[in-house]
Amino acid sequence: MSVTTATPTPDKAPRVETPLQRFISEFAESKLALGALIVFLCIVLIALFAPLIAPQNPYDLAQLDIMDGRLEPGSRNGDDTMTFWLGTDDQGRDMLSGIMYGLRISLMVGAGSAIVAAVVGASLGMLAAYAGGKTDTVIMRLVDLQLSFPTILSALMILAFLGKGIMNVVIALIVVEWAYYARTVRGTALVERRREYIEAAQCLALPTRRIIFRHLLPNCMPPLIVVATIQIARAIALEATLSFLGLGVPITEPSLGLLIANGYEYMLSGKYWISFYPGIALLVTIVSINLVGDHLRDVLNPRLKK
Amino acid sequence: MSVYLLRRLIQAALVMLAMSVIVFIGVYAIGDPVEILISPDADQAERARAIAALGLDKPLWEQYLSFLGNALRGDLGRSFVFNEPALKLIGQRAPATLELAFAAMILAILIGLPLGLYAGLRPDGFGAKAIMAGSILGFSLPTFWVGLMLIMVFAVQLGWLPSTGRGETVDILGLRWSFLTADGLAHMAMPALNLALFKISLVIRLTRAGVRETMLMDFVKFARAKGLAPSRIIGVHVFKNILIPVVTVTGLELGSTIAFSVVTESVFAWPGMGKLIIDSINVLDRPVIVAYLMSIVLMFIVINLVVDLLYSVLDPRVRLESK
Amino acid sequence: MKKLVSAAATAAFSALIGAGALPAGAQTLNLAVGAPVTSLDPHYHALSPNYAVADMLFDSLTAFDARARVQPRLAESWKPVGENVWEFKLRPNVTFHNGNAFTAEDVAFTIARVPTVPNSPSSYGIYTRAIQRVEVVDPLTVRFHTNGAYPLLPVDLGQIQMLDSETHANPLTEEFNSGKLAIGTGPFRMVSYRSGDRIEYVRNDAYFGDKPHWQRVNYRMITNDAARTAALLSGDVDFIDQVPTSDITKLRGDQRVQLSEADGLRLIFLALDHAHEGNSPLITDNDGKPLGHNPLRDVRVRRALSMAIDRQAITDRVMEGASLPSAQLLPPTAFGALPDRQAGRPDPEGARRLLAAAGYPQGFRIQLNGPNDRYMNDARIIQAIGQMWTRIGVRTAVEGQPWATFVGRAGRQELSAMLVGWGTSSGEPTSPLRSLLATVTPARGWGGSNRGRYSNPAMDAKLDEGLRTLDDAKREALLREATTIAMDDVGIIPIHIQKNIWAMRRGLQHEARADELTRAQDIRPAP
Repeated sequence: MSVTTATPTPDKAPRVETPLQRFISEFAESKLALGALIVFLCIVLIALFAPLIAPQNPYDLAQLDIMDGRLEPGSRNGDDTMTFWLGTDDQGRDMLSGIMYGLRISLMVGAGSAIVAAVVGASLGMLAAYAGGKTDTVIMRLVDLQLSFPTILSALMILAFLGKGIMNVVIALIVVEWAYYARTVRGTALVERRREYIEAAQCLALPTRRIIFRHLLPNCMPPLIVVATIQIARAIALEATLSFLGLGVPITEPSLGLLIANGYEYMLSGKYWISFYPGIALLVTIVSINLVGDHLRDVLNPRLKK
Repeated sequence: MSVYLLRRLIQAALVMLAMSVIVFIGVYAIGDPVEILISPDADQAERARAIAALGLDKPLWEQYLSFLGNALRGDLGRSFVFNEPALKLIGQRAPATLELAFAAMILAILIGLPLGLYAGLRPDGFGAKAIMAGSILGFSLPTFWVGLMLIMVFAVQLGWLPSTGRGETVDILGLRWSFLTADGLAHMAMPALNLALFKISLVIRLTRAGVRETMLMDFVKFARAKGLAPSRIIGVHVFKNILIPVVTVTGLELGSTIAFSVVTESVFAWPGMGKLIIDSINVLDRPVIVAYLMSIVLMFIVINLVVDLLYSVLDPRVRLESK
Repeated sequence: MKKLVSAAATAAFSALIGAGALPAGAQTLNLAVGAPVTSLDPHYHALSPNYAVADMLFDSLTAFDARARVQPRLAESWKPVGENVWEFKLRPNVTFHNGNAFTAEDVAFTIARVPTVPNSPSSYGIYTRAIQRVEVVDPLTVRFHTNGAYPLLPVDLGQIQMLDSETHANPLTEEFNSGKLAIGTGPFRMVSYRSGDRIEYVRNDAYFGDKPHWQRVNYRMITNDAARTAALLSGDVDFIDQVPTSDITKLRGDQRVQLSEADGLRLIFLALDHAHEGNSPLITDNDGKPLGHNPLRDVRVRRALSMAIDRQAITDRVMEGASLPSAQLLPPTAFGALPDRQAGRPDPEGARRLLAAAGYPQGFRIQLNGPNDRYMNDARIIQAIGQMWTRIGVRTAVEGQPWATFVGRAGRQELSAMLVGWGTSSGEPTSPLRSLLATVTPARGWGGSNRGRYSNPAMDAKLDEGLRTLDDAKREALLREATTIAMDDVGIIPIHIQKNIWAMRRGLQHEARADELTRAQDIRPAP
């Protein structure tokens, strides 16, 4: 509250804020969301600069030694040259470095797949809603088809066609996820296209593309953004599950999900750190994304304005 | 209306056809089932015999055509692994998955709705914030991990619940159900909760969002002005309004729960369809994969059809068109 | 007074219940296995979980003991009675679960049925193929006429469970699964089977051999490793197999449970690409350019790769002690194994010198592949080997994938180096020599799993001679020579032989088997 009232200078009286400014000030109203945003930015920075700050390159097999495997947090390595602050996994990989690098992969996979899937899915959903008829039918039946395909089978097929790799996991997730966006956007767009402003635009004989992208799309944005933030989190968790099933990223370049899946087998034997710390990192990342997304929805939803 | 339904049915058949083609090609691309199923001791002659026995020696299109021919007669093939009709296998496993999915949905609604209502009515209170934070956890934690934690705590440490399996079952109509025995329910508790966790979060969020929007609407203000008791406003007017999206989404989620409870079923050794499909995918048991996916497509198409019909009933602006 | 009476009544009542319930409770065994059973038809799908289950319901003429040595079961004795003829004497007074007598006719019937089971994805016919004709001499004597001299017949017949010619005329696999035809001579009878979930058995009190202790057995399938261990720790099951190595230390320290273990017969090894003379698919020079030739065809390179591997470290750190480092195909004590051949210490320096001598002083790049869902710690082992190879200058990328996609690529010779396993259920070296190392010769059934296409005529000759030699001592010597040739030539790189580990609640004892089978008759209460 105090933030918004304190910033505008009182003498330059009723100056209208630009929508962006209004958006920013409204967003900053929630300290929780602001905090989450800051945490999330820190995570992004850690992920970006992991090669510079991590004590070890966990993807370089030459730097690992299985004789250092499964050491407790705070142990020294065999050559006594470094300390594993968060312990090591079964391959002697420093968990701290593993988590930093893993964040890179998880964020890349999560954000990359969610954004591409959102673009593809939203375009198709919008097209289906706007064009109707045969186009709608074909697209929506494709959605049916996709939604009834188990993620695991899609992933296995893509793996078989393209081979294993991080990009291929992203592709698999896009293939799995676009349908959710298409369905969400089509639902919204179906309602929106009956509204008066679209009819007005049609009466003005504006080109279809213009109507879709300049008029329909912006009005479908709020639900899309919300779905996207949730889907980023969901994609990260999905990648973890794929890794758990042995279909995820390459084993020598573990994401957070794969680190957790690897350590999961050691949970019963008390070597908690292999699964626990990556789990915390994953949790903090997803929670911060979701907190931001949640608040974004409240801010962007015109019907909640008091 | 009937024209519309007929159209949708034809489309459904086309989707199922497309699905079977994709699965045929996809499974072919993944690998050779015989390589996986055959005993390592087998030599080349035995391999050739097994390939012929499973009908895999013919060109793919020929295999597909004979599959189609049989499918039209209601025969979706026999499992390579079990040598039993694929549909029979799926039918045997279906009750386990169905009761688990329904239990999860009921849990989700029983837990999610009241919590969401509370969070929506007092959005700034501490309780609401705690509930929302909890619901984020429900979204974020990987299912397999939560499953193992549940087993560790409730079965291994506390010893309250059985760790895995289905427990005692009762036969009704020749199918086995475990929700009618105390032992069966005890076995179902953890996997149902594990499966429900995500849905609980979803229901909480949907309910909260719905309540917040509805409370600001004019009819609620009128009702308040008229002096209706708050319990009646919330219990009748608000509730009615938020139920629509909640029911729609849970309906859709029910479909995906039935179809893909793979992870939960394998962590809890729950002998349902999810376990069957993952095992079948692992050994490329194509007849079972195809039959399973075609049943799932059918289920999704029916659910989507019902949802579309519901939309048109609920919101007259969305018309069912057959132009 | 009233109180006293009711207390006495309660005590008497509970004693009654206790008396009735206790023996049944005490004689029920709940066990959980990690590998799913696919069929109760003993001839439908040759797969060791199916074999273990069949071995509780049915019996074979010969059988393997816990050390994988051939022993009499339904046959009392056997001997060759000619170059191409084996004669088996059957055990008298054996009956099937339905009371029918077991006779030589049943043997002839079973041998005829085995190769004809419809739709079988992997037939037991490979074990009866050597039999040309079965001759019923009298009800308790049967002669097998083989195609040429065939010393392995008693071993092969250990895989074939006997059916009843009256009960099992034209049986369907489904009728075995439903229990209608799951009728054998074995120590247990089947009560019910729920695919992917459990099989229930009761004891066969008319069994001719050692009676099993358990009145009832619940044979459950829990494929998830952690869930299986948890089921044991929570007391839901009394016994589990395939204990994950990550839980071994924890279970050893737990007062409630104990472990049993046996040295297994499953070799984990690396197959190398011998097939390509030009570029090997996944090998390049250090800049990622093709080499133009395949370094793995040079025995010095293969030897260097083998010398670089610290097998003891893999056993200690990756397998937590659940393996024996190996430099050959079988444990040193097995028939035909090399008693003195031990896995040496790793020698990275020597490996680098060998690489330099072979013309790769700077090493090269290779991708090491393996499954990630097939063998104990498969994906962990290839990562560890990747570390060791990288240290001698062979920069290794490691890729683990599900068996379903891996096995296809391996079979199409698309890989350069791959981790695979081989379980020698017969406990003697002809099976790995013939399938893994012999030159691929489809007409003779050789090299069926020789995915690297290794070929060495000198070894083939010794093996061929061994396969035709009926005298055990002479055959053993020939098979040792064949093994020595292949191992000196590093046709494959052996890593280790797995140990089989089971876990059970305290108060039970288990005869651990080399062949990995989990059977209820091997489990008893501790004396």
